Amino acid sequence: MAVGASVSTNTTGRRDGGSQPKSSLKKFSQRRSTIAFALCLPLILLVSAFVIYPAFYALYLSMLNKKMTAFVGLNNFTFLLKRNTFQLVIYQSCLFAISAVLIKALLGFIIAHLMHNIPGKNQRIWRGLLLVPWVIPLALSTLTWWWMFDSSYSAFNWILNQFGFEGVPWLGVGWIARLCTIAVNVWYGTPFFMIMYLAALKSVPEQLYEAASIDGANSVQKLLFVTLPMMRNIISITVLFSLIVTFADFDIVRILTAGGPQDNTHVFATYAFQIGIQSGDIPLGAADSLFMFPMLAFAAFFVLRGVTKRTKEIAA
Amino acid sequence: MAEVRVRKVVKEYEGGVQAVKGIDLDIKDHEFVVLVGPSGCGKSTTLRMIAGLEEISSGEIEIDGEVVNDVPPRDRDIAMVFQNYALYPHMSVFDNMAFGLKLRKFSKEEIKKRVDEAARILDIAPLLDRKPRALSGGQRQRVAMGRAIVRNPKVFLFDEPLSNLDAKLRVQMRTEIKKVHQTVKTTTVYVTHDQIEAMTLADRVVVMNAGIIEQVGSPQELYHHPKTRFVAGFIGSPAMNFMPCTVVEVGAGLHIKINDKIVLPVPPDRVERYRPFKNKKMIFGLRPEHLFEYTEQGKPGWTRVDMLTDVVEPMGMETMVHFFVEGTAICARVDPATHAAPNEWLALTADMNQMHLMEVDSGKVV
Repeated sequence: MAVGASVSTNTTGRRDGGSQPKSSLKKFSQRRSTIAFALCLPLILLVSAFVIYPAFYALYLSMLNKKMTAFVGLNNFTFLLKRNTFQLVIYQSCLFAISAVLIKALLGFIIAHLMHNIPGKNQRIWRGLLLVPWVIPLALSTLTWWWMFDSSYSAFNWILNQFGFEGVPWLGVGWIARLCTIAVNVWYGTPFFMIMYLAALKSVPEQLYEAASIDGANSVQKLLFVTLPMMRNIISITVLFSLIVTFADFDIVRILTAGGPQDNTHVFATYAFQIGIQSGDIPLGAADSLFMFPMLAFAAFFVLRGVTKRTKEIAA
Repeated sequence: MAEVRVRKVVKEYEGGVQAVKGIDLDIKDHEFVVLVGPSGCGKSTTLRMIAGLEEISSGEIEIDGEVVNDVPPRDRDIAMVFQNYALYPHMSVFDNMAFGLKLRKFSKEEIKKRVDEAARILDIAPLLDRKPRALSGGQRQRVAMGRAIVRNPKVFLFDEPLSNLDAKLRVQMRTEIKKVHQTVKTTTVYVTHDQIEAMTLADRVVVMNAGIIEQVGSPQELYHHPKTRFVAGFIGSPAMNFMPCTVVEVGAGLHIKINDKIVLPVPPDRVERYRPFKNKKMIFGLRPEHLFEYTEQGKPGWTRVDMLTDVVEPMGMETMVHFFVEGTAICARVDPATHAAPNEWLALTADMNQMHLMEVDSGKVV
């Protein structure tokens, strides 16, 4: 004890005796905020290099002419908005993202509930099996789907033929091709929702359901008044996250339909690739891809605000 | 308000483990019954079977004359207070209390009237707009009780409601619960592992152990006339002292022989009762409060014993003195004015009128 006391006195004495500038530099380096900043610096650099710089570069590109020699302001944006194909892209992107996310969320919620009620060991097996679509590289699984949708030699049409039905041109007709892209996205993305909702379901205290039973709630009322309110945060976050990812989807549309037939299945990313890379108009491609940003930022703002509010409410 | 009858109720889990082994219990209207016992004795399972949260493996449970074995919890007209309150975190205090009434389609006016009345009884009126997270443990407990009161159910069920509170608040809430019961008089079944809670709250205490009921009786009855060694040891704090002994006949009277030095005379009124156990190995039981400092003015049945003190614990209003007799730890409760010190001989009085004698194997008090 005595030794400790004398050591601490010495240290203080030395500090006081030190020269002023050195001491304030040392103090600055020892401040918690300085240390926190230093620890975050690698991440800040990474984000700057791979997110902020490309974002601003895309913004800069989108305001150049096709040869990238002159500044044209918002001309690329107005040009795009006037084109029928781009209007179709906006429509298809929204339809694709919103319907796919809603179906994924609904299916994920239902499957999570079913899984939640499977006892112990079996649940682990089913959980593993249902996660398979999510862990297979998307490009590979989409290729498999593409083969299954093939109109001449595919599995689906073979099955239809076996039952005496005509084969369907799955990827050859606009609205069917749209449904196919949505279906593949749902197949791929549902396990993500399922696993997130299953985790959320497991975190709802069992006693809340017991209290609700005693209060007089039936199964539907328990779902409405206990499960859903308790899961609202995770539902908001998964829907937002999936909306962003689905809006920006490229692989499925690119591999399955390449945007066709007649540009009916193009989404922002595939269209940007087509006009920017394949047709060589990089500024126009950049302008196309930037259209996603305000839509998603708007959704993200409201969803995250709600999440913060509810987290404060529920955190006990 | 209603009677609750439990008939030969068994709870068997998968794998054949029996948590409750065929218990019988009658709870009268307006009665406050406390189920008490150590962890895993089946008391919570019994309560949850009455609530309908656990299925009954066999037997019958009746509430208000109706067998409720297959009636879901929502139709049993019961209310339950949980150990960790189980308040809905996304609802305000008012909504938490009103939830059961809303589901039962009460009018808005009636709901408000009942919630306000319960809030007044529990002194939580200023908290009605808050969310549970903004409440302290004691306040949450009151809200949980409020949720039970507003329903005006046939039976209140409490599952260790005070376990999560600190010691001081626990004593305060204990009094509150008793006060609420005196006001609303609803039949109450209360589960706790704390025997002091059980003794202070109950009209009747049910002591459970390993899935069976050891004894049912008033707190006084359990304290003074335990039927088994388990009840004798469980009720009372500090616990009763137990010492292996032999019943011997010395001269005209019977004696309890602990060892060669400690031989205690059995009070004359108990001699006939204990005679059949002469020369048998038995267990002698005496509560710490019946082993106290020696005075010259003794009463009939008081016997002097000298003990070598091991540990002395002054507690203010009393002092606990610990000894070892034949390797068994023994505790005496003495006046703080007695200047007991460790490793010194202390003269004590054993009040043999309060002694208990138990069979070694069955643990039955004879």
